[in-house]
Amino acid sequence: MAKLKEPVHITFEELDEVVYLLKKVADYDLSGYSKSSLKRRVQRLMGIESMDLVDLKNAILNVEGFFGYFIQEITVNVTEMFRDPLFYQELKNVVFPYLQTYPQLRVWSAGCATGEEAYSLSILLHEENLLDRSFIYGTDISQQAINIAKKGVYTMAKIKSYTENYNRVGLNSKFSDHYTAMYDAAIINNEYRNSVLFSNHNLVSDNVFNEFQLICCRNVLIYFDKELQRRVLNVFYESLSLFGFLCLGTKESLYGQEINANFKVINKSLNIYQKIK
Amino acid sequence: MPEARDIILIGGSAGSYSLIINILESIPFNISSAIVVVIHRNDKYPTQIEKSLSLKLKRAILPAEDKVIIENNNIYFAPPGYHLLVEPNHTFSLDISDPVNFSRPSIDVLFESAAEVYTDRCTAFLLSGANNDGAYGIKRVEHFGGTTIIQDPLDALIDTMPSSAITTSSKAKVLKNKQIINYFCSIK
Repeated sequence: MAKLKEPVHITFEELDEVVYLLKKVADYDLSGYSKSSLKRRVQRLMGIESMDLVDLKNAILNVEGFFGYFIQEITVNVTEMFRDPLFYQELKNVVFPYLQTYPQLRVWSAGCATGEEAYSLSILLHEENLLDRSFIYGTDISQQAINIAKKGVYTMAKIKSYTENYNRVGLNSKFSDHYTAMYDAAIINNEYRNSVLFSNHNLVSDNVFNEFQLICCRNVLIYFDKELQRRVLNVFYESLSLFGFLCLGTKESLYGQEINANFKVINKSLNIYQKIK
Repeated sequence: MPEARDIILIGGSAGSYSLIINILESIPFNISSAIVVVIHRNDKYPTQIEKSLSLKLKRAILPAEDKVIIENNNIYFAPPGYHLLVEPNHTFSLDISDPVNFSRPSIDVLFESAAEVYTDRCTAFLLSGANNDGAYGIKRVEHFGGTTIIQDPLDALIDTMPSSAITTSSKAKVLKNKQIINYFCSIK
């Protein structure tokens, strides 16, 4: 039997060295990321590439294209369509009735990874007859993830699990109405792909780029420390129109954040908030 | 409550639940360690473990929350669907990266990160379960000078997990259920 490779380990000090190097050479600042989680991801990448710390630093400095690959691998791209069906139910039943009152809607799926959340929002808007006045922005730090998102193609294995999620949301249509399957993959329908603009955006360093009525940023803030969370929440606050909605992941809340005072809680367990001042 | 200087980890999977309840029932009030429990559970369905245990034990059983300081005398449960990690500044963080050993939360992930931060002030218990999660975590706790205790496979409802960890561990104590309970009765 082949011997399993021993996992690679680095210390927190060594992690800091890598973070420092990335900031110097690529102007990417990962210093506000949760350290234990980031360290696991870096170690994992080193394991896959059979690299030690010297190799890793060398690759960051000298290997063309490595940096994009690094960002892709260390950012967590685990996502699903209609992840947390209860959340989408609540959006439909509680948030969308407010959104009906706007003549035009701009929606931001922040940290959208490979696009599943942005397409889910697009489909839900379609189901509630809001899509023709909506425009969705999907942004992520990883250009590689954005490239996949733009294609809107997912494996049938994934589609199968997304269908289970979708059915639990309890919409009138079938999930299969929204994609075209071919062999072992499916492409999301054109109208949804045309409704989303995917682009690169770094929550750590980039700023407000539009005004939104709905911002979804789910399971992104957990990768940031308190200070960076504060910064990002400020960007969201500044990006929301008055009475716009902010949706965070089920384990991410505004509790304990100063900005909390400017929001009203719409759903405490699903962490849906409305900007009220 | 002051920040915990010592941490006690409990990892369990299939067949560990009733022992975990017995353990928690035996923990004295006002202890000077934090207790963190990872139990594998399905994240597709809401669970009430924390709530029902709080009522039963008449003390707060908390879901471990992101970026919250780990405090003495608290008993935390890893939330389903997320990996639970310990940060160098003695806070928790959550992570939704791929499952490890088909599990999220994974015992290995918690044990490894807590081991590095709490070093010799980390004690880890590994209980009944049907996979290999925890074996690697036990090794890491030992590597950083922590104490490791594995449930005697003969006492475990499902012995795969403890047996697997015993094979790879270098210094874990193997204890009977009764001895495990005694340990928790006497923590300070």
